[in-house]
Amino acid sequence: MTKVQLVHLAHARSGDKGDTANVGVIAYDEAHYDLLREQLTPEAVKAHFGAMVKGEVERFELPNLGALNFLLHGALGGGGTMSLMNDAQGKVFSTGLLRMEIDVPDDVAASVKGKGRVPQGWSPGA
Amino acid sequence: MTDERVVRIASGQGFWGDDLEAPVRQVEGGPIDYLMLDYLAEVTMSIMQKQRARDPEAGFARDFVPLMERIFPRCIDDGVRVVTNAGGVNPEGCAEALVEAGRRAGVQGKAKVGLVTGDDLMDRLEALIADGHEMKHMETGEPLATIVDQVQSANAYIGAAPIVEALGKGADVIVTGRSTDTALTYGPLIHEFGWATDDHDRIAAGVVAGHINECGAQCTGGNCLIDWWEIPDMANVGFPIVEVSADGTFVVTKHGGTGGRVSRATVAEQIVYEMGDPTDYITPDVVADFTTIHLNDLGDDRVRVHGVKGGPRTDFLKVSIAYSSGWKATGTLTYAWPDAAAKARAADRILRERLDRLGLHFDEIRTELVGWDSTHGPLVGEPPADIPEVQLRVGVRAEDKAAVERFTREIAPLVLTGPPSVTGFAGGRPRVQEIMAYWPALVRREVVEDHLRVEVRDV
Repeated sequence: MTKVQLVHLAHARSGDKGDTANVGVIAYDEAHYDLLREQLTPEAVKAHFGAMVKGEVERFELPNLGALNFLLHGALGGGGTMSLMNDAQGKVFSTGLLRMEIDVPDDVAASVKGKGRVPQGWSPGA
Repeated sequence: MTDERVVRIASGQGFWGDDLEAPVRQVEGGPIDYLMLDYLAEVTMSIMQKQRARDPEAGFARDFVPLMERIFPRCIDDGVRVVTNAGGVNPEGCAEALVEAGRRAGVQGKAKVGLVTGDDLMDRLEALIADGHEMKHMETGEPLATIVDQVQSANAYIGAAPIVEALGKGADVIVTGRSTDTALTYGPLIHEFGWATDDHDRIAAGVVAGHINECGAQCTGGNCLIDWWEIPDMANVGFPIVEVSADGTFVVTKHGGTGGRVSRATVAEQIVYEMGDPTDYITPDVVADFTTIHLNDLGDDRVRVHGVKGGPRTDFLKVSIAYSSGWKATGTLTYAWPDAAAKARAADRILRERLDRLGLHFDEIRTELVGWDSTHGPLVGEPPADIPEVQLRVGVRAEDKAAVERFTREIAPLVLTGPPSVTGFAGGRPRVQEIMAYWPALVRREVVEDHLRVEVRDV
């Protein structure tokens, strides 16, 4: 097994409902969905975010999309216009979760190398 | 005889402040049947309520009126009907301005405007509470009575029925208040296909189409994480169009010749946006199960959506209530190398000590270093000693407006009285903002539905 950052295995989008941020995590390759489901437990995600999430973490499964949806309660400093956070609407909790490292088989680790990141030498003018 | 028609519903705005040219591109870029424009978010209603308090003719999405003046003739000529919640807290005022815009645009005698009112509960709250409608906060369980004096806006999320009624009466443009975002898409579908109220699966499919449409280009490549650097021509991004069949299946696409991308991945990202329990996506007309959505990427910027299941609606409507809850302000300063982060943190300590010495009390003081930890917080650890620059961002929140005002005068002095190599204060003093807190609640649906009114006026 090798530790791999989630950003290489999945993409994600996040949003807000009051003081709760949601993060939807979608496997790049549906074959990796079970791997994500095993490792991205609510407990593991709660531990990853630490003090950033004051309440509980709930998880919902969407096997139809190869996706998991997490609700991070108490993550937005009161939410809406109450929050003093730069990310008051939880827009980038998505990539915050993609920083997480999970254990994957060595062959999977090798196959996803570089995935999810801008290719070397890329520029917006090219 | 089977209904072979496909109804094309184009999305032109995902929020108040979205790309002003998008609805024009949708109307001019190819054939569509409906244009839906979603202007409302949780905080938008309270902003509009404040504007209306200052000016009784305000309180709606003002951008909508000049937009319609531009596209009204084309919409009428091509038979494109427009459905929008631009009415905000003043749909009546919005409809009046729209009629005038229509006359200026030369569609007098050729167009009808539909107006939906009755979602606004602001003037009814005391009576509703007296009648036993507690409108408890959906998370804390507290009754609304505890803060009813502070309420600035209260609107029920309403469903498709008034939109369907207005379309049935021949309205070309329909203006509502707090219509549920998704109803702007599935309302026209119920009108077109005559889906029965207990046809849960098809209406749920319409809800999914609405959810995909409601954030504009967020399903056509905008804010898309997957291979974002490869998505073409985002300067000319195409907004979504759903092509819906009578059985509720649909294809998500965009006009040819536009930028962006429609793929399984771009659509899936939008589906999970702002999602709660996916099996229980509640709308006024149906409860949709998002775990039944199936996507087929057909290529050429076309994704087919099928298999959606739904269940019966609930006896309640959600009410979006905003109430004033104190004041806040955020100040920023930029610190440069060397030791930029150390300087910013020292400045923060000095600032906090000064606020203390002034005897000011805040419910919260929050410090972030933009360029280091303002988005991912403690996940990123300590900044490198040679970080080129950071922006110190300090926010305060208090019931006492004077305390927040005084805070705004303590930022600039740090430039001459704090750590060195600091800049970025040219914007002036931070602005004091009133906090509008959000109070989600439920109310029995008949309380609202008995008051809904649909009116159709000639331009």
